[in-house]
Amino acid sequence: MTVKFTINGVGVESAAGANVLDTARRYGFEIPSLCHHEAVVPYGACRLCLVEITKGGRKKLTTCCNYEVLEGISVVTDSPAIRQHRAMVLELILAEAPDAEPVRELAKQYGVDTSRFAKAAGAGTAEKRDCILCGLCVRVCSEIVEVNALTFNGRGDQKGVGAPYLEQPQNCIACGACAWACPTNCIGFVEEGGMRKVVKWKRELPMAKDDQGRPFAPVFQLTHFKQRAKAIQADFYKKAPGDR
Amino acid sequence: MDLASVDVIIGKHNGDATALLAIMQDVQDVAHYLPREIVEHVAKRLSVPMARIYAMATFFGSFHLEPRGKHICTVCMGTACHVRGAKRLVEQLERDLKIKSGGTTADMMFTVEEVNCVGACALGPLVILDGEYRGGMTSGSLTKIVEKLGKEEGGK
Amino acid sequence: MGKIRNPKELHSYREELLAKRTASRKVIAVCCGTGCNASGARKVAQALVDEIQKQGLAKEIDVRPTGCHGFCERGTLVLMHPEETLYQRVKPEDVPAIVEKTVKNGEIIAEHLYDDPVSGEKHVKEYEIPFYKHQERLILGKNGLIDPTKIDDYIALGGYQALAKALEMGPDRVLDEVKRANVRGRGGGGFPAGRKWETCRNAGRQQNALPPSGEAREGGSVPAEKRYVICNADEGDPGAFMDRSVLEGNPHAVIEGMIIGAFTIGSDEGYVYVRHEYPLAVKHLTVALEQAREKGLLGKGILGSGLCFDIKINRGGGAFVCGESTALMASIEGKVGEPRAKHIHTVVAGLNGKPTNLNNVETWANIPLVIEKGADWYTKIGTKSSPGTKIFSLVGKVNNTGLVEVPMGMTLRQIIFDIGGGIPKGGEFKAVQTGGPSGGCLPADKLDIPVDFDTLVEQGSMMGSGGMIVMDDKTCMVDVAKYFLNFLKFESCGKCTTCREGLRRLHELVTEITEGRATLETIQLIEELAATVEAGSLCALGTTAVNPVRSTLQFFRDEYLAHVNEKRCPAGVCKALITYEITDACTGCMVCKKRCPESVISGDKKQKHVIDTAGCIKCGICNDVCKFDAVRVY
Repeated sequence: MTVKFTINGVGVESAAGANVLDTARRYGFEIPSLCHHEAVVPYGACRLCLVEITKGGRKKLTTCCNYEVLEGISVVTDSPAIRQHRAMVLELILAEAPDAEPVRELAKQYGVDTSRFAKAAGAGTAEKRDCILCGLCVRVCSEIVEVNALTFNGRGDQKGVGAPYLEQPQNCIACGACAWACPTNCIGFVEEGGMRKVVKWKRELPMAKDDQGRPFAPVFQLTHFKQRAKAIQADFYKKAPGDR
Repeated sequence: MDLASVDVIIGKHNGDATALLAIMQDVQDVAHYLPREIVEHVAKRLSVPMARIYAMATFFGSFHLEPRGKHICTVCMGTACHVRGAKRLVEQLERDLKIKSGGTTADMMFTVEEVNCVGACALGPLVILDGEYRGGMTSGSLTKIVEKLGKEEGGK
Repeated sequence: MGKIRNPKELHSYREELLAKRTASRKVIAVCCGTGCNASGARKVAQALVDEIQKQGLAKEIDVRPTGCHGFCERGTLVLMHPEETLYQRVKPEDVPAIVEKTVKNGEIIAEHLYDDPVSGEKHVKEYEIPFYKHQERLILGKNGLIDPTKIDDYIALGGYQALAKALEMGPDRVLDEVKRANVRGRGGGGFPAGRKWETCRNAGRQQNALPPSGEAREGGSVPAEKRYVICNADEGDPGAFMDRSVLEGNPHAVIEGMIIGAFTIGSDEGYVYVRHEYPLAVKHLTVALEQAREKGLLGKGILGSGLCFDIKINRGGGAFVCGESTALMASIEGKVGEPRAKHIHTVVAGLNGKPTNLNNVETWANIPLVIEKGADWYTKIGTKSSPGTKIFSLVGKVNNTGLVEVPMGMTLRQIIFDIGGGIPKGGEFKAVQTGGPSGGCLPADKLDIPVDFDTLVEQGSMMGSGGMIVMDDKTCMVDVAKYFLNFLKFESCGKCTTCREGLRRLHELVTEITEGRATLETIQLIEELAATVEAGSLCALGTTAVNPVRSTLQFFRDEYLAHVNEKRCPAGVCKALITYEITDACTGCMVCKKRCPESVISGDKKQKHVIDTAGCIKCGICNDVCKFDAVRVY
């Protein structure tokens, strides 16, 4: 079923169940976001995708990543008020993640070079380095990889992210999906000395080697795959990646 | 608290993961905090990730992941108690017991915590000591009570 | 008696109860709400029971522990029926004399009577006391007559008659009555309950409407879409305890309201979500539900009708944000209390994705009244836009702290001064905070506004759940704003950047003001940031979090400017900006010197003491303990 509505006066259509943000981008309208990814359920944390939506005669400023398309609504993606709020949100985010290049770039687009708010406690330290609590790492690990190694903890201004009990995440297979999803690149994903490290979570796993002695994946990860896809033969991973 | 008793509680809620909050509360009613082995056991029994239970345990203020002191001193920080000087009571306890609010003394005798309004506003400023509501507290009366409780146990 | 099988049996059961409780049998009601319990009420009640027993009067006199009578300032309250004599501040050791003189011989003991702090007058009858005289206690009044652990008390007073009437009226007429009565949500939103019920009732229905679930029809009941009914008892506003008292003192009023609601909307499953911090309310509600089931008032085939409905209790986990309806429902579903977007209303898709009608405790408690007496009667009370009464918790710097129930439209002045008895210790009224952390602070020139939903919003605050915190000249309004921001940043679920980071920074900025480190730019930044916190946050916690700081900036801007420009706190509260000094009134008694935790007070016996301000931590203990009023804070 297609849903018809307007964005900035332009008639658009989308499949029912889609959200306004993805639809707008498909039509080339630029709306900023940091916590959104098409592969996972929208969360609505960063608040950058604020737009004005008029439904049934009532206008409301709302995030559009978690707004399902509706017949007849009209969406406005840019206005002085919207820009002002986005700029303020970016000032808040910049204070949390002062060293994150993607955040600095986006902030510049809205005229924000520095933040009037003091650096977040912990910003720049290894623990809280540039994390903006967008939740993409948690959501990706839960919805796509389905390992559930990470979670939000606490609440309010004490909210954080990490593994249960803030230890090394026990189920983590060091696949790197969280590091790939992170919009501020604050997770860190390296391989050295036969070990794969997901830096932010302090997860280190020894790598398995192929029959030519080259490390290619963590042993723990391979075991996980073998358990989940029972058809993989026991010696499948012994061969070099190119020969399988 | 043994795991068999935990299973009884889970059974009471039909092993339903949507009853997670109630299950955790019933467990804590008995164990007085959420021991790690029990958290892991509940996760296994209900087939929910540890991540979810940890998120719940740290989101909701009533849960404690560490054992607490013998005497729990809860200072009400509601607005009515605040305008009647509740903060000074917390400061007094921190001075007397040499711990920060939210913490427990090293000898496990006292825990100091704050709560946002227990609804006894007419009696503010109010401290709940070992489940007993004590209204109209002053720093002086609070010190005396804590001293007395400490002496009773032969503690400091 | 087992299950009551139809309205007629309910009526005759009531007659039986009334026959046993003849007018000649006296009742001594002892307030055993949480407040009076803290003042030793249980011991007073036990002492009365023992003494009555001892004197052989148990057959003629019924000692009844009840819920909250509202006059918390004067607990423990003992109210004697039918004379309506009220004794206040009763202690267990007073009991023998009370029984001997008052109960047996009708003699009044003057020292137990209420004495007015303003006029000095003493009053014997409860209804003559100014605190009670000006109230209209339609809901709370019953607390003085009911032992909440005995359903018979409720039935004897006419309880569940409204349910019987509703079953006879049918859901359409009940809905109509509730709509006409314009019962507005008492939890804070003020949304018309009737409209909410109607939308929920119609949600997910086909064109040819299905009947509400459980209604008997020819050929058996027709299954319909699942609907839930919830009572929000997560009363989290600090300073508000109305819902606690209704649940502790008269749980059946809420249960009856929910059953009527379930009947109208077509629901078979209800939940009461009670704050974790209210153990007595949970206890009394549990007992009440059990007793209601025993009598066939909950469960299958209620009072012989086709209505099937039961209620479960969910305890909150200690999170203010779970008072928000979508967060509340998330926690019932076993998830963390993170609100979700509300452009799909919960009445259409709420708990477990099903149509859900959520109302506050006090809203539900109003329903039996509306059905029993009718919308015409109900709308005569209160104002046109806000009919009925509202229970307020009147607390803070006021003489008569407690719960007051008044018709909507009464002015703030009448509530705070006529009922509340004004400001204690010769203080001056400065502000009244209404609506909890979502509300605002109103100054003295607003004292004559009528209190109703719309007027409060127009004036820059809101009703919220009914907390009314009175502040005097020794309250710093900047400190009040800081207090609420501190509360909210801690209670926020933390999802939205605008709320989590916004409140963190607003708190930082206001703290700068209280510590004398701010400039005029600070105030400007606060106002700019507040606009985005309000516009960009998902739920009402975030969007209304700016009200305390905004309203104090609006009405008390001078106070902010004193902190910023003069580095001075006029009320003498903000530690960094005040100095403690001992005046000439000092008699040299050495008490403060002994109590000073930093040992910075010097001076021998009978010598004027001196505080070394360099080491003073402004803890305020010297001021607390000085009997000569010799400590000055400036």
